[in-house]
Amino acid sequence: MKITLSVNGEERSLDVDPRTTLLDALRDHLDMTGSKKGCDHGQCGACTMLVNGRRINSCLALAVMHEGDEVTTIEGLGEPGALSPLQKAFVRHDGYQCGYCTPGQIVSAKAMIAEFSNGWPSYVSDDLEAAPDFSEAEIKERMSGNLCRCSAYPGICAAIKDAAPEEGLNEREAAE
Amino acid sequence: MKPFDYVRAESREDALRADGRVIAGGTNLLDLMKLEVETPDRLIDVTRLDLREITRQENSLRIGALVSNADLAADETVRRDYPVLSRALLAGASAQLRNKATTGGNLMQRTRCPYFYDTTQPCNKREPGTGCQAMEGFNRILAILGTSDKCIATHPSDMAVAMRALDARVEIESPTGETRMLTLDEFYLLPGDTPEKETVLEPGELITAVHLPEPPKGKQAYRKVRDRASYAFALVSVGAVIDVQGGKIAAASLAFGGLGPRPWRNADVEEALVGETPSDAVFDKAADVLLADAKGFGANDFKIPLTRRVLKAVLSDLTGVSQ
Repeated sequence: MKITLSVNGEERSLDVDPRTTLLDALRDHLDMTGSKKGCDHGQCGACTMLVNGRRINSCLALAVMHEGDEVTTIEGLGEPGALSPLQKAFVRHDGYQCGYCTPGQIVSAKAMIAEFSNGWPSYVSDDLEAAPDFSEAEIKERMSGNLCRCSAYPGICAAIKDAAPEEGLNEREAAE
Repeated sequence: MKPFDYVRAESREDALRADGRVIAGGTNLLDLMKLEVETPDRLIDVTRLDLREITRQENSLRIGALVSNADLAADETVRRDYPVLSRALLAGASAQLRNKATTGGNLMQRTRCPYFYDTTQPCNKREPGTGCQAMEGFNRILAILGTSDKCIATHPSDMAVAMRALDARVEIESPTGETRMLTLDEFYLLPGDTPEKETVLEPGELITAVHLPEPPKGKQAYRKVRDRASYAFALVSVGAVIDVQGGKIAAASLAFGGLGPRPWRNADVEEALVGETPSDAVFDKAADVLLADAKGFGANDFKIPLTRRVLKAVLSDLTGVSQ
């Protein structure tokens, strides 16, 4: 089946079997291997991508269902020599050991900061209607869909907290 | 994954006409298809349909079937008027999954019973008549209420528990264009002898929305107990709406997750509370009623005392009575 995706701002056409996940479409058909395949069952978050600005598990998405969608991957956030604030902060705070979960962590954190800035509450927010604090408890809860088997969580948390202002924390986006 | 035909429905008529398995968020269905627990011949992608609105109607809030779990949890009306629903949604899954998972799909998700997922094991739900290994096996997360000698699976949704407590109704459209509205107790079936049949949804029918009645009086809460602090299914959860007037419980609505094959609600539990002055003894009586027919299967026996404690804690919080 022929489909077109906008990947990191570029129109890409590809021909895929309907069974192909969005993750496999990018990794195997477009040679974009930044997004990682961990569990392939939506449990680890290594495959996290932004689709139309929202973070999703790309392993639990069929490429054919995303015809025309805008996809952002780790490759779209920054590149060697021009890293994004989150990418720089992960280096600075040693937010990884083996690094396999890192692309998913960073893409997920990017979206998490936007969700937070739009006033979305989380399970640990005391008040559903008030703007929550960007606390460690909030970061941990909101990032619980990204596992790190090396357990680099203290560095991940510190990196996200450090980079958040530069990534637009509390700059409310216009509603869709 | 087994091959399938893919059909993208451009209109509701397309979706109702096509003969196949409906897919929206796909967060559960694709997982099951990868494991070949589900092997549909045809997938009907309904994500292009116009079912993404949350609209205030006379006496109700209409939630389109394609509203994502994330959008529903963050909706300002839901946060203000139906906090039990917002809390339940936020207690479920991860942010990534909530962005993809839909309202209709959440209702239709399958049990997380490990034997249902393991195609090398017998399972009456997956392959009717083959037996149930869960009853004498790993049943820590499985049901203590509403089970049958064929199946002890639990319904895994948090969202549906809150909706059950809020008296939500499911809007279903048939291929002939007729619409019916069902409460969740009418929508979900108990396993009985046919655990493979989980809802009354007929082939060709489509969930188009969920309706919430006027916001109930009183305080609302969702309490979930699980094996880790985030991103895990409920061992026991309670969605509660309690109204206290003049020192007495004027109204009570309680639904439970992790206990049964559907979001569990028992009117007798609520009757045991209404008209009473909140106290530890009254809460215990309500728990007695809820758990009168509870049956453990070994590894899930702990759910019986745990349910009592969680229920009492929620009732204490909402009535201001210390235990």
